[in-house]
Amino acid sequence: MPAFRPLPNGGRLGPAAVRSWWPKGAEGEPASAKDAVLLARTPHLVLDGATAAAAALGACRVVAYVPEHLVPGVRRAVAERARHGLDPVPIEVVGAPSAFLAGQEAAVVSALNGGPPMPTFQGLVPIRRRGVQGRPTLVHNVETLAHLALVARFGAAWFRQVGTERAPGTVLLTVSGRSPSPVVIETPLGSRAGEVLGLSNEEATQYAGALVGGYGGTWVPIEAMVDLELSPEGARRHDAVLGPGVVVLLGKRTCPLAEVARVVRFLEAQSAGQCGPCIHGVAGLAATLGALAWAPATLRRGPEELVELASLVEGRGACRHPDGVARFVTSACEVFADEVARHLRTGLCPLAAAPGTLPLPRPLARPAGVAW
Amino acid sequence: MRRRVFRLLVDPIACDGHGMCAELFPERIALDRFGYPVFSDQPVSPDLLPLARRATTMCPQLALHLVEANASGGAGR
Repeated sequence: MPAFRPLPNGGRLGPAAVRSWWPKGAEGEPASAKDAVLLARTPHLVLDGATAAAAALGACRVVAYVPEHLVPGVRRAVAERARHGLDPVPIEVVGAPSAFLAGQEAAVVSALNGGPPMPTFQGLVPIRRRGVQGRPTLVHNVETLAHLALVARFGAAWFRQVGTERAPGTVLLTVSGRSPSPVVIETPLGSRAGEVLGLSNEEATQYAGALVGGYGGTWVPIEAMVDLELSPEGARRHDAVLGPGVVVLLGKRTCPLAEVARVVRFLEAQSAGQCGPCIHGVAGLAATLGALAWAPATLRRGPEELVELASLVEGRGACRHPDGVARFVTSACEVFADEVARHLRTGLCPLAAAPGTLPLPRPLARPAGVAW
Repeated sequence: MRRRVFRLLVDPIACDGHGMCAELFPERIALDRFGYPVFSDQPVSPDLLPLARRATTMCPQLALHLVEANASGGAGR
């Protein structure tokens, strides 16, 4: 939720509101580091935001739900605040398991209620009405809280000095593929991606494509990426979402279809395995992509099977995991259409055996009988 | 007074793909290739509501629901 949106229910939230944040960084979204950077470098800014939101809503509980390796640092910051009596509501710190979906809103609530850290069905009663301990609950992520703290400190006019009319403020991006290691960049919303990434039209030709919004995001042709406006609206013009603010530039020394296949295999493994269409559909996508990347001759149906499976999983889960996988796969089919055609025509890709470059946690489980 | 309008909603975690709903309410519910129900989220017309109700009450998992068409909710991120 962007920082400039009013808090839900105009502050009429019930007595127990819990702010939590997504355990991103290396744990959740493998290519994202912005939340870890904020929590490690400016924990007080994030906690200021949590306290401001709690005060605005009259919340009686504040929980920081952060990756295990960041817990000691956040605990230290909370103790410093307690010594100075900064927070009207004490902040609890809870370690989050390292799973892709553990930071999903309903999964956070489930974990804090003592259940498994997995999404639950929200269709009948949303967690903003019944969440932790059965009470209205607000889940915000780290970056939103940091923005909120700055709005509280410097005011709305200050916040609106940068960004666009409809999307004021800045956004944190984790950029991979442009430099030897990923970097986190803060940039005004509405910036041109080419400027932020230091990418001219000529330099762009050394890349095969750009991924916007992480592994639940959208592949964008590299020529279009240079001029992409980094804002929700600008991303939407390319059927993309900024999502967790992940931007990955994919080089040309690797097979894009093998890269995509590896990521979808990871996404399949990270599914909570609760909803039928996601279990079967994402498995089908992973298998079809694997065949397309490494054994195209075995395929009976090509990209049309991927598009059909993607439409079959979209909107059919309790969480948005399958929607993200569908977006990732269908956009890959479009942006790498030439590669798909070449694989189907020649049957063998000289780059398919090249090591993967898209960030994935190691070790990656290898299902038996699958060529990686 | 505004007439209440209903649409179908499935709890995809509870649904095990028994397929009873598609048998009982083929007017609106079909099964995908894996055996899980697919239907439009448009309102169920009043003449079909009895069939829809029967499908929801006969679901072995009680995964199928009739909810007010303007009710909010939906999947979180």
